[in-house]
Amino acid sequence: MRLRTIAFSNLWRRKARAAFLVAGILIGVGTVVALLSLTESMTGQAKTTMQAFGANILVSPDSKDVGLSYGGMTIGGLSVSDHVLREDDLARLESIPARSVLSSVAPELVGAVTVEGQRVLLMGARPAAEFKLKSWWSVDAGRAPANDHELVAGAAAAKALHLQMGDYVTIGGRRFTVTGLLRETGAQDDQLLIADLGAVQNVLKKPGQLTLIQVAAKYGATPVDEVVRQLHAALPQAKVTAMQEVVKSRLHAVDQFKGFSYAIVGVVVAIEALVVFITMMGSVNERTHEIGVFRAIGFRRVHITRLILIEAAAASLLAGVLGYVAGMAVTYVVLPAVAKEAQVAWMPLLAFAAIALAVVTGGLASLYPALHAGKMDPTEALRAL
Amino acid sequence: MITSVSDDLQTATTPEDVALPGVHLGDALALQAVTDQRAARFIDVRGLEKTFSGDGAPVYALRGLDLTVAEGSFLGVMGQSGSGKSTLLSILGGLSHPDAGSISVDGIDLYKLPGERLADFRREYLGFVFQSFNLVPYLTALENVTLPLAVKKMPGAEKRRRALDVLDHVGLADRAGHLPGKLSGGEQERVAIARALVNEPPLILADEPTGALDSETTVEIMDVFAGLHREGITIVMVTHNPEIQPYFDRTIVLRDGRLDCELPACAAETPL
Repeated sequence: MRLRTIAFSNLWRRKARAAFLVAGILIGVGTVVALLSLTESMTGQAKTTMQAFGANILVSPDSKDVGLSYGGMTIGGLSVSDHVLREDDLARLESIPARSVLSSVAPELVGAVTVEGQRVLLMGARPAAEFKLKSWWSVDAGRAPANDHELVAGAAAAKALHLQMGDYVTIGGRRFTVTGLLRETGAQDDQLLIADLGAVQNVLKKPGQLTLIQVAAKYGATPVDEVVRQLHAALPQAKVTAMQEVVKSRLHAVDQFKGFSYAIVGVVVAIEALVVFITMMGSVNERTHEIGVFRAIGFRRVHITRLILIEAAAASLLAGVLGYVAGMAVTYVVLPAVAKEAQVAWMPLLAFAAIALAVVTGGLASLYPALHAGKMDPTEALRAL
Repeated sequence: MITSVSDDLQTATTPEDVALPGVHLGDALALQAVTDQRAARFIDVRGLEKTFSGDGAPVYALRGLDLTVAEGSFLGVMGQSGSGKSTLLSILGGLSHPDAGSISVDGIDLYKLPGERLADFRREYLGFVFQSFNLVPYLTALENVTLPLAVKKMPGAEKRRRALDVLDHVGLADRAGHLPGKLSGGEQERVAIARALVNEPPLILADEPTGALDSETTVEIMDVFAGLHREGITIVMVTHNPEIQPYFDRTIVLRDGRLDCELPACAAETPL
């Protein structure tokens, strides 16, 4: 028999009290694990969404324009730009040192055209890159353009021109087949006719020219500001603008949620410590007589203190393991309700951290009761003597 | 380790008592005399005083008590409630510090022991038997008996063997796995005695060990104590029960914190 035998026997045979102690820590640890894993999962999803959202950097000619505009660019009006973006510039963009973070580069040429007597915006793009970058684009019926004789129509443009799947549209003497209709986005995209870049360059008589280039940069590896700097260095004549507001507001929202979670975690840990403290203090007071017996038969103060701490550590360890499992289970149940697309983030460190949190909190909260037990006067404790 | 603790306790307090090898006959006789004197004064209490603060007025539990107990004695301590019996026992057991006076056991001046050495003394020199058994309710009889060994560095198998031996000694080997709640009063008392014996202490202090037992069980328990006495263990037993007085080889009566008299010399009207 050793001190731990006594500690384990006490926990095992006083099941109700042990269960209350374990439950107190378990709920605390489980809440912390659930909050942290939910936060991490939602942060991961936010980053994924932002990456999918892409186009967080706009590359455009440094010009002052008036008139029709798209994506912050003026189309078909008076342009005072000295420089024009060209397809050749794409290679320079894709050769910057931080090119590995560029997940998508989408060149666009936008111009106003007249179709059946109505002025509409025609966009030339590389459909694969464009649709990847604009993940919110959805073709309700049909598909994206596959060659230079096909186009898709935005919801508003299709309505104005009475376009249906399979219709033909003649623009600038060139005939296009409507292969798809974009689902309404509520943005300017609804007014577009989108076709192959080369075909639009021919229609607008701007061979090799681009209106703007949208670049999606992955988050995390290189700061967006640094990517912007490198892109600007590659194209000094162009204006390179990071859509910082969108990025920052989204990250700010995530950070706020994280901050809130950490605050809750702090409160939960404090409550958990209080529960452990009260439970252990109650246990020590309840066992006054027993502690007197231990002292009378030769236990030193340090033995009594150690005995109480072993009990607290054993209960905390068990609660830490169970709390981690419970917390992750809660995450699995709750996450789909708060973030449908999010994947549960598995963090091996969280398991160790949860167990460590349980043991450290349990130990610290039990320290005073343990010292108090060690300091008990054996005669006071043993009223029989 | 265990031996060294005991040796350490002794050398710390009575270095002059340590026998040296290669002594002459005269020295040997002198040494024998010292040993005999120590055996005769195995417990040596001098001028013991203890006062408790009561409600307003102090309560004098012990007032200059002097007492010597020879090694191997079976001393009965009797007296009315409040006479100082239990206080004497708690001071003898190193549980309560006296206000004045000294007390030594086997040459060890108890209250001059530094720090936690008093706890070591209790573990190595004493076995306590309490009136209300004071068994730990969540430990089996065997575990309760093993309890004093829990803080000793000793192989687990050896601890178990010693505990089983003493349980067998008090006739409870077959009840080793039972929790105290499943044992009768007499059996619980036997377990308490076994726990007091497991460290093989030279001194057992018993506080009303038969107080909660019927007369038949009292006889059984006193027979166990008598057996321990025959084995040479010194026993100091506090009791109210005059029926067990014949088991003692010496009985003292306390009154108002002082040694009133020693049986059979006490007057017939002396309250016990």
